Amino acid sequence: MVSSTDHLDSLVTQEYKHGFVTDIESEIIPPGLSEDVIRLISAKKDEPQWMLEWRLNSYRHWLTMKEPNWAKLEIEPIDYQSISYYAAPKNPDDAPKSLDEVDPKLLETYEKLGIPLEERAALAGVAVDAVFDSVSVATTFKDKLYDVGVIFCSFSDALKEHPELVKEYLGTVVPTGDNFFAALNAAVFSDGSFVYIPKGVRCPMELSTYFRINASNTGQFERTLIIADEDAYVSYLEGCTAPMRDENQLHAAVVELIVQKGASIKYSTVQNWYPGDENGVGGIYNFVTKRAECRGDNSKVSWTQVETGSAITWKYPSCVLKGDNSSGEFYSVALTNLKQQADTGTKMIHIGKNTSSNIVSKGISAGRGQNAYRGLVKITKGAEGARNYTQCDSLLMGDKCGAHTFPYIEVLNPTAQVEHEATTSKISEDQMYYCRQRGLSAEDAVSMIVNGFCKEVLKELPMEFAVEAQKLLGLSLEGSVG
Amino acid sequence: MLQVKDLKVSIDGKEILKGISLDVKPGEVHAIMGPNGSGKSTLSHVLTGREGYDVTSGSVSYLGKDLLDMEPEERAREGIFLAFQYPVEIPGVNNMYFLKAAVNARRVHQGMEELDALDFMDSLKEKMALLKMDDSFLKRGVNEGFSGGEKKRNEILQMAMLEPKLALLDETDSGLDIDALQICSDGVNSLRNKERGFVVITHYQRLLDYIVPDFVHVLADGRIVKSGGKDLALELEEKGYGWIEGIDAA
Repeated sequence: MVSSTDHLDSLVTQEYKHGFVTDIESEIIPPGLSEDVIRLISAKKDEPQWMLEWRLNSYRHWLTMKEPNWAKLEIEPIDYQSISYYAAPKNPDDAPKSLDEVDPKLLETYEKLGIPLEERAALAGVAVDAVFDSVSVATTFKDKLYDVGVIFCSFSDALKEHPELVKEYLGTVVPTGDNFFAALNAAVFSDGSFVYIPKGVRCPMELSTYFRINASNTGQFERTLIIADEDAYVSYLEGCTAPMRDENQLHAAVVELIVQKGASIKYSTVQNWYPGDENGVGGIYNFVTKRAECRGDNSKVSWTQVETGSAITWKYPSCVLKGDNSSGEFYSVALTNLKQQADTGTKMIHIGKNTSSNIVSKGISAGRGQNAYRGLVKITKGAEGARNYTQCDSLLMGDKCGAHTFPYIEVLNPTAQVEHEATTSKISEDQMYYCRQRGLSAEDAVSMIVNGFCKEVLKELPMEFAVEAQKLLGLSLEGSVG
Repeated sequence: MLQVKDLKVSIDGKEILKGISLDVKPGEVHAIMGPNGSGKSTLSHVLTGREGYDVTSGSVSYLGKDLLDMEPEERAREGIFLAFQYPVEIPGVNNMYFLKAAVNARRVHQGMEELDALDFMDSLKEKMALLKMDDSFLKRGVNEGFSGGEKKRNEILQMAMLEPKLALLDETDSGLDIDALQICSDGVNSLRNKERGFVVITHYQRLLDYIVPDFVHVLADGRIVKSGGKDLALELEEKGYGWIEGIDAA
């Protein structure tokens, strides 16, 4: 008979499903970072002068900054001069004008990843922006959305077609000098998604961006900007994968959400970057700054994330609750297996009156994974009647992994109500025995127990993706426990 | 169908079962009685493959196969079911989903097609009616927040759905009031037939008023010290365990 510890030791059998490389001719600029490289990127994208200035200012600021070291992470030093900051599939006639002109190899790649880029395909209720290395290669349902006033396009297109909107909002939530990685992103970002939902419009379909890193020795630096005008609503989802490579690749993204009076944004992430192997070789460094500003009264933002990939995850999707009665939610599942490390959580900054926030974090550690929840709840002086509820649950599998919780609570207003609950548990032998006695294999039992543990978070995902996320959780733990 | 021969089992070097032999044929109901700590639950755990037990000697054959060589899930799929004394909670896992996964794991193993949602529901509703369970059971997490009686009824429901060849019941009566005991027993009795074997483990004779056994075995200090017909249970009820040779104190 095989004991649970034996199953635990057989970690190595895990396989990453999206590890293939697309063989496509790409244009990659030589590695290295300088003002000239930034000028080159900006010129390639045919950007206005103000955009270039913005980038250069960010770069000069970045040069004065140091990498953050407060997270509970072991990071090999990153040589920023060895990374190529721009890679794009070669295309004879500039960007494709319509979906029919997109390189079939790219369409095939996304098909393989389960993301059809045809508008009549299975995910008919979802519009997709596909970002391949540094550029957006296709956006579906653009016209249909434009008919109801919704702008959904690549960041590059937004800069050309709606420069006034970009100029008004870019960098207003995450300033260029916010942190080391945000400053780097501001200097070199190449593409990303742009969404604008006008007043009173409820976006008729789910919007999603699918990020794929393909080229080697490159970093991906995308920027997402979503604006929900008064009483607007949008649900947005991002997914990420990358090939298996032996070197670490840097992904430093910035996401800014602006939520006006009475508006609501639901932002979901299913992150499955290549995690590296069982010895910690390779994998993506996922260093991301995500922040939402609830500017108007009664506005609402909800972050949901399922983080199963990446060698290192460093991200804290946050909510700045400025408007009265505004609310922020953060639902997170972070899974670390192999030698993965995650330091993730949220910041809830209560500024308006009667603002509320809700945090549900589920951390799962297996293999030699290290999983930390780090969260800040700040009730400022004027935030009369603010409320927060935080729940942090950790699930440990095996005896070589770790779970850590770092909650920070700052309360400057005596009327605040702040609650924090935390639990740490293991999959019990009793549970495993019970499931197996009913005929379930050890792996199915683990997958079922883990999905049950994450249920409160998974139910927040749009339906089409909840199923994917469930499978992903099972897959990421394959071979890890018995 | 089940032959246990001179089975000796230790936990952490301490011998719990000191040579048990038991022969269960299709259609028979065997009751195993005995004082606390006599090894009753250990026997059910070893037969279903729970980890942490060392079989030091003896053998167990089930339908001609070496049972001790099989993984727990393989034993289950081959038709062995244990109704747990303390069913565990699995938070967030839907009870119906769990049951369907269990039923289909077994069907696939036995070369049958998986049940579709409709057929599964039909069969499930019928069995739930028998056990007087309402629909809310299905939507809750597996045993999550169930009362003691609800957990036991859920075990019998699973047993009815999984249609085992050999059913082991571990102290199914503990924590049940008379009404619940009646309902659970009716559930078990409805499953009795010529092919199915039962091993009913209990501390008290009370359960055997409802589930009438063909054979009664008294287990004490890791050994079967007396075997007989159903009357043995009544005798035990009257005189306690103390009169049987080999039991120091009851």
